[in-house]
Amino acid sequence: MNALVLLPVLVPLAAAALGLVAWRSVAAQRLIALAGSGVLLAVGIVLLVVVERDGYQVVQVGSWEAPFGITMVADLFSAILIVLTGVLAVAIVVYSTATIDRGRERYAYYPLTMVLLAGVAGTFLTGDLFNLYVWFEVLLIASFVLLALGGERAQLEGALKYVAINLVASAVLLVTIGVIYGLTGTVNLADLSGRMADVDPGLAAGIAAMLLVAFGIKGALVPLFFWLPASYHTPPVAVAALFSGLLTKVGIYALVRVFTLLFADQAPDFQPLLLTVAGLTMVIGVFGAVAQHEMRRLLSFHIISHIGYLVMGLALFTVNAMAGLIYFLVHVALAKSTLFLVAGTVRHVTGSFELAKTGGLWVLKPGLAVLFGIAAMSLAGIPPFSGFLAKLALIEAGLEIDHLPIVMVALAVSLLTLYSMLKIWNGAFWKPLPTDLERFGAGAAEVTPERVIGTPVALAMVAPIVFLVACSLGLAVAAGPVFELVEAAAVQLMEPVGYIEAVLGGRGR
Amino acid sequence: MTVLLAIVAGVLFASAIYLMLRRSVLKLALGLSLLANAANLVIFVSAGLTRGEPPLIGDDAAVPPVGAADPLPQAMVLTAIVIGFSVLAFTLTLMHRVYQEGGSDDVDDLSEADVQ
Repeated sequence: MNALVLLPVLVPLAAAALGLVAWRSVAAQRLIALAGSGVLLAVGIVLLVVVERDGYQVVQVGSWEAPFGITMVADLFSAILIVLTGVLAVAIVVYSTATIDRGRERYAYYPLTMVLLAGVAGTFLTGDLFNLYVWFEVLLIASFVLLALGGERAQLEGALKYVAINLVASAVLLVTIGVIYGLTGTVNLADLSGRMADVDPGLAAGIAAMLLVAFGIKGALVPLFFWLPASYHTPPVAVAALFSGLLTKVGIYALVRVFTLLFADQAPDFQPLLLTVAGLTMVIGVFGAVAQHEMRRLLSFHIISHIGYLVMGLALFTVNAMAGLIYFLVHVALAKSTLFLVAGTVRHVTGSFELAKTGGLWVLKPGLAVLFGIAAMSLAGIPPFSGFLAKLALIEAGLEIDHLPIVMVALAVSLLTLYSMLKIWNGAFWKPLPTDLERFGAGAAEVTPERVIGTPVALAMVAPIVFLVACSLGLAVAAGPVFELVEAAAVQLMEPVGYIEAVLGGRGR
Repeated sequence: MTVLLAIVAGVLFASAIYLMLRRSVLKLALGLSLLANAANLVIFVSAGLTRGEPPLIGDDAAVPPVGAADPLPQAMVLTAIVIGFSVLAFTLTLMHRVYQEGGSDDVDDLSEADVQ
């Protein structure tokens, strides 16, 4: 029994349970959540080292042999994502201690965050399609409550739309699992990988399309993205940062997993569709972002735009494209969470997310401006930051197999990304602080440069941003070793023989 | 029987989608619950409907008797029913809170958080 594979799920679940035991003490819940996310990061790093050294790590839960029992598998892709989950968890829990209000903290904010992390880790590690659905539901129910927690009207409305569309996606996923089981008699991903070849190609394509819809809703692909800009800007920024870093990425993870394991034969047929979806997702996301004047809404649209790049990696379906996808995924999760946390800090010192009502922070809070600048330039793909390397990898992968249109779209969208980042830069950092706040109505708080400078920014608000920016810079500085790692992960994805043998132990066909 | 259940599942899906397209929040809830049930039915039927022996492995055997019913879809559908029920309970509570805050059960009035 290889417990290491189960720990990324068990650690946050234990932290959630302990947090509920310590219901009365917010301080204790904070400590437990901090410890839980710290241990999760440590476990993730150990898992990555072990997987890198010894290959696939497999656990047959309850000692039922695959394909009859539930299998948990860690390959390099999973392990990298577990480390990413740990990094984001640590940063966001620390940021939460400084920013989440007492009311939310008292009503199980930290245990819910831990349950969400357990669900995300479970999704990354499971080797069983039905179990994947169960972990999806675990993370969804936690995200439902986190989104609605606090009960502001906008939050509740956003949450209702988010819940409704996700329930539809879950139903589509369930039906597909039923159809797959009816056709093949198994839901074990490794076992399915061999058996899909026997399924009629038309039916297999149909199943792939249904899974594309189910995971596409969760991943916010065009045209299934409308729930995201209607809900992600409503909760506190710590929650939005966590969601933007992890939740849509889980949908992409599931798509990559099923397309590489089950539908490698169908992938060429899906390429035109996926490339179109990728291009439209990039373009529509970034146009939505350019049109926004509120930082959280702007950043929410950017999530969609960057999902397009990930789908581009999936659509190209080569080893290099997959490597680019994995690198891009890690980069964008770090950069996007950083930007949400910066937006929260801007709000903390100026009292508003509206670009029109903020300003002057380049002079008043230069440290914050530098942190934003690094994250924003990285997101837009300016060298030498990680975003540049991520986009370069994807674009090279596109050029390798002569897919010029998607490459041109990706480059054009980068420019628009830069434009929308400049919009935040101009609005919040470069232009002077607006003094005539009366024009925004009587409710606008009085903000003066003295007050902005005088507003203390707690260490717990700055440290997570510095940590995430440092990780992002590390990704760029250590690009050589990191690319070796993601290329090895991509090879594992594109040649799933090792995965199948590790799970089935040579019993596969 | 399988054909009949396939038709039932189809009717459930159609009704669910019709209800979800209405403007009332309550009908959205009913639609979602029908949708979950339709999906559960599909899983339940997925192994084929046979009058099988109970899938119990005897003391002297390593595999279930020939012709035993497939227990896996039933285990899966039980899991899905429990999850679906709890999520629906949460959804109903959320809808009630939305109604309390907004004073309307018309989906078109829920525009506070929309893209502007």
